[in-house]
Amino acid sequence: MNTAALTAQPVASPHAHGGNSVTRTMFRVQMALVPATLYGFWLFGWPAFFLWLLTILSCLGFEALSLKLMGVTRIKRTLFDGSALLTGWLLAMTLPPWAPWWVAVLGGFIAIVIGKQVFGGVGQNVFNPAMVARVALLVSFPLPLTQWVSPLPMSAGATPDFVASLRIFLTSLPVPDAMTSATLLGHAKTELARGIDLGQALGAGPALSLIGMRAGSFGESAALLILCGGLYLLITRVITWHAPLAVLAGVAIPAAIAHGVDPGRFLSVEAHLLSGALVLGAFFIATDYVTSPNTASGQIVFGLGIGFLTWVIRSFGGYPEGMAFAVLLMNALTPVIDRFVKPRVLGRDRKGKPLDIPENT
Amino acid sequence: MGFMNLFKHFLGDDWGVHPDDHKRPAADQAVRVMPVPAKLYLPLQQHLGGPARPVVLVGQKVKKGELIAEAQGMVSAPIHAPTSGTIAAVTEITAPHPSGLTLPAIILEADGADEWIDLHGCADPFALDPAEVGKRVAAAGVVGLGGAAFPSAVKLIGASKAKVTTLVMNGGECEPYLSCDDRLMRDAAAGIVDGIRIMLHATGAKVALVGIEDNKPEAIAAMQAAAAGFDTVQIRPVPARYPMGSEKQLIQVLTGIEVPADGRPADIGVIVHNVGTALALRTAVREGKPLISRLVTVNGNCASQPGNIEVRVGTLAEEVIAFAGGLKGDGLGLARRVMGGPMMGMQIPHWRVPVVKGTSGILAFDAAEVAEQEPNPCIRCSSCVKACPMGLLPLEMSSRIRNEAYGEAIDLGLKDCIACGCCAYVCPSKIPLVQYFVHAKGELAAQDRAKLRGDATKKLALQRQERLEREAREKAEANAKRKAEREAAAAAKAAAEAAASAASAGQGVV
Repeated sequence: MNTAALTAQPVASPHAHGGNSVTRTMFRVQMALVPATLYGFWLFGWPAFFLWLLTILSCLGFEALSLKLMGVTRIKRTLFDGSALLTGWLLAMTLPPWAPWWVAVLGGFIAIVIGKQVFGGVGQNVFNPAMVARVALLVSFPLPLTQWVSPLPMSAGATPDFVASLRIFLTSLPVPDAMTSATLLGHAKTELARGIDLGQALGAGPALSLIGMRAGSFGESAALLILCGGLYLLITRVITWHAPLAVLAGVAIPAAIAHGVDPGRFLSVEAHLLSGALVLGAFFIATDYVTSPNTASGQIVFGLGIGFLTWVIRSFGGYPEGMAFAVLLMNALTPVIDRFVKPRVLGRDRKGKPLDIPENT
Repeated sequence: MGFMNLFKHFLGDDWGVHPDDHKRPAADQAVRVMPVPAKLYLPLQQHLGGPARPVVLVGQKVKKGELIAEAQGMVSAPIHAPTSGTIAAVTEITAPHPSGLTLPAIILEADGADEWIDLHGCADPFALDPAEVGKRVAAAGVVGLGGAAFPSAVKLIGASKAKVTTLVMNGGECEPYLSCDDRLMRDAAAGIVDGIRIMLHATGAKVALVGIEDNKPEAIAAMQAAAAGFDTVQIRPVPARYPMGSEKQLIQVLTGIEVPADGRPADIGVIVHNVGTALALRTAVREGKPLISRLVTVNGNCASQPGNIEVRVGTLAEEVIAFAGGLKGDGLGLARRVMGGPMMGMQIPHWRVPVVKGTSGILAFDAAEVAEQEPNPCIRCSSCVKACPMGLLPLEMSSRIRNEAYGEAIDLGLKDCIACGCCAYVCPSKIPLVQYFVHAKGELAAQDRAKLRGDATKKLALQRQERLEREAREKAEANAKRKAEREAAAAAKAAAEAAASAASAGQGVV
């Protein structure tokens, strides 16, 4: 093939463009994350800000390094398309707010180098880079990845100032016990293991999750704010409803049935929907362009799979939260879904055979 | 966007795109008639199908409307002199094509008299035999004026054979910037409706559905008023959405029927014509005038006075632009010259290219309109999948094409692609998807040709080998035969000699 024909100045139509760009799309997703992020800073203080900043810088740094090593000539253009920044941002959202500095650096390395660049860079990765990093960190370093600091406005300890925060961030000393508490899902799991009925164990937990007044990852706390960001993405047409709604349904349906059968053993629908990474995952992770199916129906299958697997892992697995695992499992299935779920071509049936020509009308 | 559209978008039933239509103010300006230029450049191939064959000699005087090139082959259209004058040359000129390659053409020097030949119109076309209408349309060189320029008579005659029941009239004009059909419908609605009724008569169709996008309320009103007395002509406003004017999409929206992938509209009892074509057809049948002029939209940010201009076929784009008021700042900000619409029209190398029968627009774009940018890698956002009006997967097709896996691209539906450009229009990575598909289609056509050639060569080689073998066999057989004969003769001779010697010996003994 004459490859020059594909790289030469395009002469084919169209001679107009709708104006959308990768940078604009990424920017809108980042805008959508702003409210939950700012709220996270307020909840968890300076250490959370340092974590957020370093995770993003780490992602950008490793992206630049990878591009340089691969001999890409125009590094700046790719670097500032916003995709590495977004990966770092999303990863930071899922980390414990007071995680030490090396978690941010290592997370950036895993996300960008192992999760993205080894597959061929933007658009080529099979797995969501942020989730790859999140899971790798959790499995490798369970302790710092499960230390949940209580939101500062609720905490017994004093709010650390800037310098104290730097110390917390740079020395990976354990967070004082007085300042930690379990996440709702973690709490539920421990209490269940102790044989305590969930009805007694939880109290008003789920309602507080709505506004994020509970321990948890830095950016996943306030379900309401994340939901607002998600709605903004829906309105600006960055995402469609298919994947997020399917994820929520995939959790809600089995949760409703199980909770209805045994409320003492299974969490309620609202506890599931408002806890952990679910809303963030539904609107920001399951809608990741690269690692989700191409078609609307495919995205519904994909979302339902994530939701259901999340519920299964939360209810029966060893970890209290299963979102990241579920996303990675469904990422692996995305090419299969894309292979079998295709849109119907106009004038053809679902199998691709041309429609019958009617006998003489 | 209306509530229904929002709902449809929510359901995902949202094919196509909604580009900013840029139709006004050009659409609201009265039509200006351009005087005949000094020279007209008439390519012999202005239509789909075989090129016309010149029937004039250099230096010959012709009158306005006189046949200068005749149709050649089953699908073709004749070309007529757009004005009276002298044939200056039969030569090659730059074609309206991005390659800038040349095409054979007739150059006509106008004499300024603009004198018609004797016209043979028909006062009552409905008294004519439908086949006769087809013949007259063919003789007048009428082709589809929507852009594809398919010879209209071929469709009409095919339709009457295929028992077509519905005539779909395309007044969609879904391409942004263009407003020539809009203008025609506002100014000549009665003529268009008359043309539609002649088309109904010629095809035997029972009803004509005129689809007009709802961004043209004036045209809809004018057409409704003109069609008021006729039950068979129904004006149907359709939502403004690109590519609404594409044959398969418009048929589906107006009749609810899908055209099978390997069939033609006629297979489901439908034919599609453009509203402009209806008017040209009416002029051809009623007045006997061939197609020698058309309405062209001059538009784009660089055009200083956008509007619609009635132009003789063969006028250079350069002169049309000059007549229209020229380019802003003498074309300083000009980024791209386009003939046709921005979505499917073609880029032309310079303005010295003639208006042909299918030219709907001459667009002078500045850099902001073209928004040319280097492509980024695909991020699999599937915007193209949502936009594709055919239900294809442009991102998958382009990745196959990049890997030269043309077979897989075909399995994904490359041949169903109508090159409408929706995918490239929405692509955030600015990937020139249509370019990929056009390239692949060209590559496949070349492969097919090479295969045909290869097959032919193989066949010849095989025949040669067979012939050589046969000849060798025949030779061997002949040799063997001769040898056998020789041996037989020798044996006979030996026997005779033996007999003779035996006899002589016998004699000796006796």
